[in-house]
Amino acid sequence: MPRTESGNRRHLALVAAAGSAVLLATGCSYLSGEGGGGGTDAADVDCAPFEAWSDVEGTVSIYSSIRDEEAERMDRSWADFEACTGIDIQHEGSGEFEAQLPIRLEGGNAPDLALIPQPGLLQRVVDDGYAVPVADGVRANAEEGWGEDWLGYATFDGELYGTPYGANMKSMVWYSPTYFADNDYEVPQTWDEMIELSDTIAESGTKPWCVGFESGDATGWPGTDWIENALLRSAGTDVYNQWVSHEIPFDDPQVAEAFELAGDIVRNPDYVNGTFGEVESIAVTSFQEAGLPLLDGGCAMYLMGSFYSAQFEEGVTVAEDGDVYGFVMPPMEAGAEVPVMGGGEFAVPFADRPEVAAVHEYLSTPEYANSRASQGAWVSANRNMDPTVIEDPASQFAAEVLLSPDTVFHFDGSDAMPSSVGTNVFWNGMVDWVTGTSTGDVLETIESAWP
Amino acid sequence: MEFSFLDELPKIVWMLIGIAAFLGVIGLLLLLVDVPRTRRDRWQAVLFLSPALLLLAGGLVYPVLRTTYLSFHDRSGDEFVGLANYIWMFQRPEILQVLWNTLLWVAFAPLLATAIGLVYAVLVDRSRFEPVAKSLVFMPMAISFVGASIIWRFVYAYRPADQEQYGLFNQIVVWFGGEPRLWLLEQPLNTFLLILVLIWVQAGFAMVVLSAAIKAIPAEIVEAARIDGAGPFQLFRSITLPSVWPTLLVVLITITVQTLKVFDIVRTMTGGNYGTSVIANEMYSQAFSQGQTGQGSALAVFLFVLVIPLVALQIRRTRKARELS
Repeated sequence: MPRTESGNRRHLALVAAAGSAVLLATGCSYLSGEGGGGGTDAADVDCAPFEAWSDVEGTVSIYSSIRDEEAERMDRSWADFEACTGIDIQHEGSGEFEAQLPIRLEGGNAPDLALIPQPGLLQRVVDDGYAVPVADGVRANAEEGWGEDWLGYATFDGELYGTPYGANMKSMVWYSPTYFADNDYEVPQTWDEMIELSDTIAESGTKPWCVGFESGDATGWPGTDWIENALLRSAGTDVYNQWVSHEIPFDDPQVAEAFELAGDIVRNPDYVNGTFGEVESIAVTSFQEAGLPLLDGGCAMYLMGSFYSAQFEEGVTVAEDGDVYGFVMPPMEAGAEVPVMGGGEFAVPFADRPEVAAVHEYLSTPEYANSRASQGAWVSANRNMDPTVIEDPASQFAAEVLLSPDTVFHFDGSDAMPSSVGTNVFWNGMVDWVTGTSTGDVLETIESAWP
Repeated sequence: MEFSFLDELPKIVWMLIGIAAFLGVIGLLLLLVDVPRTRRDRWQAVLFLSPALLLLAGGLVYPVLRTTYLSFHDRSGDEFVGLANYIWMFQRPEILQVLWNTLLWVAFAPLLATAIGLVYAVLVDRSRFEPVAKSLVFMPMAISFVGASIIWRFVYAYRPADQEQYGLFNQIVVWFGGEPRLWLLEQPLNTFLLILVLIWVQAGFAMVVLSAAIKAIPAEIVEAARIDGAGPFQLFRSITLPSVWPTLLVVLITITVQTLKVFDIVRTMTGGNYGTSVIANEMYSQAFSQGQTGQGSALAVFLFVLVIPLVALQIRRTRKARELS
């Protein structure tokens, strides 16, 4: 939405006269990702859905870890809202979001809304007194759209401090349906079947699994997904929740058992690491790269979130009978409840202004979820979202699982733990674990770091 | 969004404050180095420097005090915890490893970078290809630490034996019939491989400065030594080395301060994983990623304490050099 157009023009002319500063100006608008093309005209849009907010004006800044292509899709998803209401949404994505958000808050430079992917960080900004409780309209939308499992992560002392935004499913094992069909393999229904299948593939001379933990600053996080999925299956929801909230110690024997269960795959030299080398290569293989050998039979299975579909090039078909697809990691026993683990962002307000409330309210509606999902590669756990607007098959699959009434959703445990454990010691521990440190030592180190 | 001067005004004001603070630091250093001799000169200097000094107080002194204050408090900065953060620092094995790594960096990087720079400067001095040879070594200086780290990550890259190597190191190993290795995982070798990056970047700096010092040695002295029958090695030991000694120390101290603060290389190449973290990286990760402001501040203060004597030494040396000339 172009705001105070003429005023800015005049200033721009002044600056232009100053010569080289023009470069700076265009550079700035380029960097903030808003150069051209953003001006959707209100006349072309059906403004009826946005009537509730039509008399609100202002600028709302949103800060998140979402960048590049994804951020552009996001900008498009609220373009109509901006055009109809006159509210200008300025989104800024940062690769160092988790470290920079607290700095901005402490420095008195808070964004109006932040999309926080970790309940642990969310709790920290609430504890430190920066977040403000959501407006009444937002709360109503949130209770309508999400189950208690989701809202619980943003509720403190009975107050709701954020609403879920995007969601992903991290109990997903990627595989190649073509490769499975060529070799007469079937998608395993139990953990034991999965191990049997791994043995069969290993005997054929292929390493059945690909694993990669490298992720720059966040190296180690894919390992936590392995542990969390194993723990949910071997010990169940209650133990998982106790573990995340530290009601049982991090190195509880049941957790050690889950480590062993995951380790039988991840640390098994016969099973890993398809085309990347020995077990240790997991530590230096980036998670983006790690799953690609699925395409040429370098390995058969890869545990990674539903968002991994973005890594495949255009010619690759993601479909149940295509080049790649996913199945939900099976439970220990046939017919048992299949636990689903995943993550997502929470939209958290830091300012109590009507335009902020308006934007937040819009973001928490199913209409917004549909608008964003129709831009591709995105899922919300909003129960009232229309899954048919999703075109990307991996997101469709994730939505199907996430929105199914039978699904009990478990938030990614490491993200929900205090950040000194969940985003650091646990990650480092996973790196040590795949490079040869014993499970006992790793568990002890992580437990002793709990604040 | 179009550029609006009014919108950007606060940022511009901050930028001006930053520039003023920077000039203030320079002014203060000049003042320290060149203490005015008369009382009138002194008052004049104080008068001119006072605005800058105020900004310096806000931009440098206050943060130092604040960081020190925070290092004695818990993560929220509210509760006084005494020396707990410092005790934590010297008790946690992973932090002890960080301190040990920093020590390794300081022990090896400045010495090797300076030594390589010196030897190179001596070897190419007055040779036919001197300008080309010097620019080759100096060029890495133009690359940021982050850029250099990315380049070296490729040098250390690993692929299993049955695949084509794209890392230079492993390709060489394979040519000689060896097995490719995961260089960045092998402790403590990986720390040395990271140190190599700093040396690669800093040797050029050492070389240029030392080369200038070598060229400043009066030709008569060199000639006289030659006539007395000094060989190249003797010439180096008895003439070149003593003549460039003050410069050598300046280079050494400068690179040492750089090394103590090293952050970008570690962060880009390993993110502090695989036992390669150093104080500056750990400080960032504690204070910002993990929100342990107290522990991060304690690390920052410790780093500050380590750098102070070196900077003081540097200033004293510069002052002495000026007095001599």
